[in-house]
Amino acid sequence: MSAVLEATGLGKRYGKRWALSDCTLDIPAGHVVGLVGPNGAGKTTLLNLAAGQLAPTTGSITVLGGRPGSGPAQLAKVGFVAQDTPTYAGLTVGEHLTLGARLNPGWDGSVARQRIERLGLDPKQRAGTLSGGQRAQLALTLGVAKRPELLILDEPVASLDPLARREFLQGLMEAAAEQELSVVLSSHLVSDLERACDYLIVLVESRVRVTGAVEELLATHHRLTGPRRDLDRLPADQHVVSESHTDRQSTLIVRAGGPIHDPAWTVSQLSLEDLVLAYMNSASAPAHRPILEVQR
Amino acid sequence: MIWLAWRQFCLPGAAVFAGLAALAVVLALTGPGLAREYAAGIAECSGQPDGCADFIRQFLSDYDNAFAIVTGLVLILPPLIGLFWGAPLIARELETGTHRLVWNQSITRTRWLAVKLGLVGLATMAAAALGSLSVTWWASTLDLNGDNDAFPRLSSLVFDARGIVPIGYAAFAFALGMAVGMLMRRALPAMAVTLVAFAAIQIAVPSLVRPYLLPPTTATVALSPSILDGISRPVSGDGMEIRAKAPDPGAWLLSSRTVDASGNTVAEIPVSTTSGPCAPSGRPQDSIARCLDELNRLGYRQQLTYHAPSRFWPLQWIEAGVYLALAAALAGFSFWWLRRRLS
Amino acid sequence: MIEFHLDERSGLAPYVQLVREVRQALRLGLLREGDQLPTVKEVVAQLAINPNTVLKAYRELEHEGLVAARPGVGTFVTATLAGTSLAAHGPLRQELRRWLAKARRAGLDDESIEALFMTTFRTAAGEDIA
Repeated sequence: MSAVLEATGLGKRYGKRWALSDCTLDIPAGHVVGLVGPNGAGKTTLLNLAAGQLAPTTGSITVLGGRPGSGPAQLAKVGFVAQDTPTYAGLTVGEHLTLGARLNPGWDGSVARQRIERLGLDPKQRAGTLSGGQRAQLALTLGVAKRPELLILDEPVASLDPLARREFLQGLMEAAAEQELSVVLSSHLVSDLERACDYLIVLVESRVRVTGAVEELLATHHRLTGPRRDLDRLPADQHVVSESHTDRQSTLIVRAGGPIHDPAWTVSQLSLEDLVLAYMNSASAPAHRPILEVQR
Repeated sequence: MIWLAWRQFCLPGAAVFAGLAALAVVLALTGPGLAREYAAGIAECSGQPDGCADFIRQFLSDYDNAFAIVTGLVLILPPLIGLFWGAPLIARELETGTHRLVWNQSITRTRWLAVKLGLVGLATMAAAALGSLSVTWWASTLDLNGDNDAFPRLSSLVFDARGIVPIGYAAFAFALGMAVGMLMRRALPAMAVTLVAFAAIQIAVPSLVRPYLLPPTTATVALSPSILDGISRPVSGDGMEIRAKAPDPGAWLLSSRTVDASGNTVAEIPVSTTSGPCAPSGRPQDSIARCLDELNRLGYRQQLTYHAPSRFWPLQWIEAGVYLALAAALAGFSFWWLRRRLS
Repeated sequence: MIEFHLDERSGLAPYVQLVREVRQALRLGLLREGDQLPTVKEVVAQLAINPNTVLKAYRELEHEGLVAARPGVGTFVTATLAGTSLAAHGPLRQELRRWLAKARRAGLDDESIEALFMTTFRTAAGEDIA
């Protein structure tokens, strides 16, 4: 399967600050990819680079085999719903569809009209008077109806109420199923992404911490609990992601190449949220942190 | 894209063009009447011994309010366009984030800007042309005689509001507003900065740039009543200062100095005003004539640098060209910045 | 047509839950041979889950021989799990009730009963396979 997004050493700097550094990714097509990370981690920067809204400072990025934003053909292949789902407040819903039709050769008017009808949006209503959820759906319609191969969404549900959030994700997944889209969607909450994503990228403090298919990640990461012990006695193929210790007990989150044989450890499964949190915690810890002790 | 550019321009464009249309209607209705009144008056006074000076003075005074209003309207048109058409063109999109929506459509940024710029730029020049040329037509009888009066066509306020320079100003104000808006990314502050910058330039150009667009006429003439604007005496001591005007009515005086027989500039002519030929006696005209004859005999001359009234159209063309070139440079900069730096 | 539901806290992978729900529906007779399963698009539009999850569940069901995919038309039920098992439910349920009463009289609480049942069930299942 060809890659939908490939990045090598990708970096973006604003003045002195690196918003994204040393980012290397190889994301296969046909997945719904979740990009998770705390606020300020660089998610918006990465997505804007992929959509061709920004140019990299260092490194390279290729989307669907082409340089992002490099011309109408490339732009037609990628749909983008930016943060806060921008729409023209002065234009009506119907006029937004006209915008899409006039500016995109690949526009599918029937898809757009059907979605608008099903959502119950009034074509004559100005976008500025729509609710947040309706605006998000309008922006999604614009992104989907131009029939892209990849749809990128930057925190589309962050400011929506739970019902609007569910409806948005339903609409998104339906479009993904119908058009066989690849989707990359970001959020700072794992719960938004858990149902929809089958591929994950964790971004913390401008760097990629882990990336892979969700199933594989959950299968290879485990929580190990057991009596307190030194960590340099672990087998080579087990890599500690995060750790915490009391005076009697050690709890580790490890990524393991194979099964864990050591009987001293109790092995338990991780939820996706636990996994992401483990990587976020390990990122914020300095390299040589003294072992956390709970003194009695 | 033309549809979108048009749709976005609809309201601000309509507002300005509606105002211009109203102005054009008013001018069209009153213009012929004005011309008729003038022609009738001239016909009546031509045969009279005093000539038409009184009629003309009365005519200009009757219409001086209207004159001020139409001139003012043409003066504010370019900055209005710069503020309301130019500044929000890009800044509004950056401010509301809609650039992320429109730049993701299957259209390059260059083409996006080119269409917006082209549509609104053309509208700018059309609006300025409509405003300026209709006022120039309407005020032609007033301008003609303004040369004899307080507001010659070459004076900065009138020059700025006639002919084709307003087209250049409007294009420049539009391009300036657009570029400032693109750099500042916020529409309202961009409008403020554009206004200040444009006003500063418009104040500076008539005194610092316009005089040098064409080489002025320099003449050294004998002192005579035709070039005399006034005489003044200094506060202390004895002597006189000559205030001169250019020989042709309506010419634009750039500088004037009195020089003595050896060619040195004198600010004050050291001649007694209490006794001798320059002491006032008898009728003022005779007194002045006698004084000037004496000064000429002593070798004093007046050195004048000025632009003749016939320079009006050449200066208009050149200045309009300069402003249009500036507008084009700003537009080119905007394209470059958009592609390279807004990243 | 059946409707799917997902229990996020069940600890089971979503596709496993879908497979189970289909099997359950077959067992209860809600789905009969020849019925069409909801399309991938319909499931995804209702649950907001990944389309690949649904595809995986349907493939699994196909692998078990319960459904068959007809390209361009949909996925249809080809076998049934209902029938004989339904008839035996009644007497089995009664026996189970008696056993539960016995366990309670012996002093077992709910958790012990569940633990006893699960361990015996698993051991027995393991012996069956072996």
